[in-house]
Amino acid sequence: MTPSSSIAAPGAVPGHEAHDDHGHHPSYLTDGTTVKSWLLTVDHKRIGIMYMAWILLFFLVGGIFALLIRIELLTPGPTIMDAMTYNRVFTLHGVVMIFLFMIPAIPGIFGNFMLPLMLGAKDVAFPRLNLLSLYVYLAGAAFAIWGMLNGGLDTGWTFYTPYSAHTTTTVAPVLFGAFIIGFSSILTGMNFIVTTHTMRAPGITWFKMPLMVWALYATSCIQVLATPVIGLLLLLVTAENLFSLGMFDVARGGDPVLFQHLFWFYSHPAVYIMVLPAFGVMSEIVSAFSRKNIFGYRAVAYSSVGIAFVGFFAWGHHMFVSGQSTFNAGVFGVLSMLVGVFTAIKVFNWVGTVYKGAVEFTTPFAYFCGFLFFTVFGGMTGIAVATVSLDVPWHDTYFVVAHFHFIMVGATIMAFLAALHYWFPKMFGKMYHEGWGLVSAALIILGFNATFIPQFLLGNAGMPRRYYEYPERFQALNVASTAGASLLAFGFVIIAIYLTYALIYGKRVDNPWNSKGYEWLTMSPPPTHNFIGPQPTYPEEPHFYVDPKKAEGEVSDV
Amino acid sequence: MSDLANQFLFLPERASTFAERVDFLHYFVVGTTMVMSAGVGLAALFMFFRYRRREAHQHTEYVVPDLKTEFLFVSVPLVFFLAWFAIGFRDFTWFTTPPKDSMDVYVMGKQWMWKFSYPEGPNGVNVLHVPANRPVRLLITSRDVIHSFFVPSFRIKMDALPGRYTQAWFEATKPGTYQVLCTEYCGLSHSKMLAEVVVLSPEDYESWLKEQQRGRLQDRQDALADTSLVPSVARMAEQGQKLVGTQGCLKCHSVDGSRHIGPTFLGLFEREEKLDDGQTIRVDEAYITQSMMDPGAHIVAGYQNVMPTYQGKLQGPESAAIVEYIKTLRTANVRETASEGPAYDPIQ
Ligand code: HEM
Ligand SMILES: [Cu+2]
Repeated sequence: MTPSSSIAAPGAVPGHEAHDDHGHHPSYLTDGTTVKSWLLTVDHKRIGIMYMAWILLFFLVGGIFALLIRIELLTPGPTIMDAMTYNRVFTLHGVVMIFLFMIPAIPGIFGNFMLPLMLGAKDVAFPRLNLLSLYVYLAGAAFAIWGMLNGGLDTGWTFYTPYSAHTTTTVAPVLFGAFIIGFSSILTGMNFIVTTHTMRAPGITWFKMPLMVWALYATSCIQVLATPVIGLLLLLVTAENLFSLGMFDVARGGDPVLFQHLFWFYSHPAVYIMVLPAFGVMSEIVSAFSRKNIFGYRAVAYSSVGIAFVGFFAWGHHMFVSGQSTFNAGVFGVLSMLVGVFTAIKVFNWVGTVYKGAVEFTTPFAYFCGFLFFTVFGGMTGIAVATVSLDVPWHDTYFVVAHFHFIMVGATIMAFLAALHYWFPKMFGKMYHEGWGLVSAALIILGFNATFIPQFLLGNAGMPRRYYEYPERFQALNVASTAGASLLAFGFVIIAIYLTYALIYGKRVDNPWNSKGYEWLTMSPPPTHNFIGPQPTYPEEPHFYVDPKKAEGEVSDV
Repeated sequence: MSDLANQFLFLPERASTFAERVDFLHYFVVGTTMVMSAGVGLAALFMFFRYRRREAHQHTEYVVPDLKTEFLFVSVPLVFFLAWFAIGFRDFTWFTTPPKDSMDVYVMGKQWMWKFSYPEGPNGVNVLHVPANRPVRLLITSRDVIHSFFVPSFRIKMDALPGRYTQAWFEATKPGTYQVLCTEYCGLSHSKMLAEVVVLSPEDYESWLKEQQRGRLQDRQDALADTSLVPSVARMAEQGQKLVGTQGCLKCHSVDGSRHIGPTFLGLFEREEKLDDGQTIRVDEAYITQSMMDPGAHIVAGYQNVMPTYQGKLQGPESAAIVEYIKTLRTANVRETASEGPAYDPIQ
């Protein structure tokens, strides 16, 4: 069997023979079943699975806090908790969702699992470092959660000074937890960068890398460059909080807004840490389910790098009304427009990919549709708030909450769920029930819109964010939003049920999508060292669905 | 027509000149967003159907866009985005440059209330009275943490920073009462930090002022003894004059133009100061406040960095009073360039 022939014949997968031969080539799941063999593994796939277990747990925690917020906001006055509790709940929701779920989710789970497979590598460049980054992440999470249980803090996930330096709640452990998690982020980022540079199998040139790899690469660059800034900042705030340093205190020559600059210098790129991997996932999925090469592969690849780059120069758009100069606002405003253009390029090229394709409407593809909608709307509302004068009324209202939930949560969750469904057979060799998949996808997309579209309108009407109580006139929209949130939660419950069921009783499959992504070139679930027998060769670009008889001339110049 | 649009978008009543500008751009942006995303969405839907899969292992054509297509993908959104930006930035510049003849009100945020003081008049907590059709400039600061002053019906918002003054202005177009909200999370009762702007017709405003003045003269005696943080009856400038004495400013600064340890206050306001780093800076409320709170930030050429900070020693209204006092110490040539004078007759 030569691997290249298997590329030409879809469905036949190298390693397939080995697949029938489990005794000799156990999958990574069955290769050692002791607890120790999992906890001390250096296999990127097992590490990915362990990330998955934890990240899903934190997602559940963050989700429960989200529902508490929505229930509290059902009525204008107190509903189920007091103001102090509410302020802590929305802070914890934000901290857990951002630092423990969104930032690590796709790189930690799917990046870890897929990156080496997509590059034809046996593992990441530094497998032990990879395991370490998981434990560093868990240590940070432990710190943060310990802090939340012991008092909890009420600053919002943005920790703005001088409030965070004055508040009597326990800020330090949570900040320190976030600081530690930053190291995990940096370690994973470094590992991915080095892996991409040095571990590509022969035949995989830069422009033959799957777009998921491009996206992870751009993300990793941001992680390595930006995370130290927030690390430093969190230490400064902790010190200010514990020892009253005066960094952010005007009375001692400090600057109350300095914090915001440093914070957004990290956190603005960080929103792209969350969404770029999502873009990568979606490039894989639209291609696999249209059976088409990506329209404008290079444009999509370059725009990831472009977003990563420009993302560093747009942070000031979070501070248009913080007293920064009018000139600064103009500069940050223009630069923000460039981010929008890069995103637009991606959107157009995804839609273009469908052109002359062969679309199969599966669960991952349903999420792609939701994703398109959230990205276009979330992105466009981003441009709208970056339009300086429009941000004056919108800043810090529910409009902004809706904007970033659409793009960050909406697009990222769509990608997360799409990835989960697309790669579930790859990771576990089992298939779930497609009908339930589509039902829950519909529920989630609907629920999401019902939750956040009313919040855009609330923002227009002038309701500020982080409000425990609100004037009567905002109630109808808040009730609508809470109703949407319950629909959303219901969708997640269904997914949890049928995926768990599939994990145990699911039908055995190998490549149910007939996908030609590189990661499918090995058996599902993959063996410990990813490939059995000779390493596959990669004569074609990824996602090459062209009839080989007609392909000759066209492929040669790529 | 635009009222209908506002209802559809849940926008509150439009009650300032800025609101009209912002709303126009709002419709434009929302409109193009809707049209563009509907275009993308319908194209996608059409293709999902047109190019649905017919057999499991279907082959597809190898399609790559030519340069022209990619160029279109970049330039069409860019043109729109830049157009929005251009209009938005023009309006923002308008919003950040108050007219010369606006009337000033000092605003101080404090957990969890808004205090308003008028250079020549009364002051109040949580209720701001202004005349319609007259530009009002707000000089905003905070006593503790960051707050943000937001009036949805005027579409204006500006952060209130401790130790700094920021400014915002508006010209209300309709008498009425409009809600003020705080939009920067500031602790426990953030959501209860509400106030209102009462816009009166110019005549009503006059009589309101007179009313205030009468009440004021009566309790002037008590107020002088009042040690509360709000400068009450005494006119701000008067109080400022007292403060520069009691706070020790005059140990280093003169008010007669003579040079001392620090620069003189005479003619200071609106002067162009040369700094020791070679730059020049125009003295305004923000600069004076910063000089009190963070004296090292800008050192005037020829002077030492010896001034102590007054952050925490001066309350917001007190520093505002000092600023007002310094404003009165103008030399003749500065006065020429000043704005059109008091907006209304001084009380008393
Ligand atoms: C591509 C993915 C994007 C993500 C993940 C994202 C995420 C976010 C988040 C999390 C916030 C809220 C921060 C807070 O808590 O205050 C935010 C605010 C903002 N975003 Fe985005 N955003 C994205 C795209 C864009 C784009 C394309 C633009 C404009 C070009 C944009 C412009 C803004 C602006 C101006 C704000 C500040 C609004 C305000 O607070 O007044 N965003 N975004
Ligand atoms: Cu506040």
